[in-house]
Amino acid sequence: MIWAGVLLTAAGCYLLKLLGFAVPASVLERPSVRRTAELLPVALLAALVGVGTFVIGHRLSLDARAAGVGAAVLALLLRAPFLVVVLVAAGVGAVLRLT
Amino acid sequence: MRLRPGSFTPLSSGGLTGEERRSILRDAAGIGIAVGAYGISFGAVSIAAGLTVAQACALSALAFTGASQFSFVGVVGAGGAPLAGMATALLLGSRNTLYGLRMSALLRVTGGRRLLAAHVTIDETTAMAVVRPTPAGSRLAFWATAVSVFSLWNLATLFGALGAGALGDPRALGLDAAVPAAFLGLLWARLRTGGEARFVALAGAAVAIGTSLLLPAGVPILLAALVAVRLRARR
Repeated sequence: MIWAGVLLTAAGCYLLKLLGFAVPASVLERPSVRRTAELLPVALLAALVGVGTFVIGHRLSLDARAAGVGAAVLALLLRAPFLVVVLVAAGVGAVLRLT
Repeated sequence: MRLRPGSFTPLSSGGLTGEERRSILRDAAGIGIAVGAYGISFGAVSIAAGLTVAQACALSALAFTGASQFSFVGVVGAGGAPLAGMATALLLGSRNTLYGLRMSALLRVTGGRRLLAAHVTIDETTAMAVVRPTPAGSRLAFWATAVSVFSLWNLATLFGALGAGALGDPRALGLDAAVPAAFLGLLWARLRTGGEARFVALAGAAVAIGTSLLLPAGVPILLAALVAVRLRARR
């Protein structure tokens, strides 16, 4: 089932890219379409951050993940590179699990 | 500029000085290394989400668009259906369609080259191509970045996945905290674009967290995107 998801995701992502090469530019260049396309990733990523940080199954949880993401916010404010941000979050999460 | 025999490769249709070309290739190598860092994270969080090494590598080679791949494994890792993961990935991947429009006009490719160009039309290749002042520079930047990012992204995914698999329990390694942190890293630059983006982000997160208490995993992410973009339209 995961394989089906992987392959369909890959096919869909490719078709979306190809679509840009295939359609006339005027179709997608309306300002409203462009603005929505810019904001959609913001909403999706924020939703993924929120759920990944505070939700387990169908309940809220304040645990090592929230501490790890909090540390990631600090790292981002200090302009740390992406890999450092991810490692800081993982490190804080792992240390809290040990205790 | 002095012309030398053999100075025209299929990638650069001429008009570039040696210095310009070196600068483009240097930038392409640099962005490839930076993307490699994302790739290691992606390989590792894929394993944490329950994917196999082969599935992680298939996503990187075939889907080849970072944020979509992260969202797929994020939803599946949270217990969501793979199809819900796919829907989230495709919504995130829709921006590549807009990139394709830009690149199609810039690259002027046809046939098999066009099919190949489409596959490597992502944030990094588009960003590198559009900042070049000449079409020849844009083309070289696009293809050089494509080669650099594609090879390092896939290599890094493999290493990340093998490494996480060898290290053991993903929760003990803090990888469940690394997944939302990775999404935050991807989101961060977009939050700086203005108050509207921050409003949409807060609304999206709030809707997703709230509806997660009732709806199956994966669905709240999609709902949040639609609601947040609607709210923005009414504002």
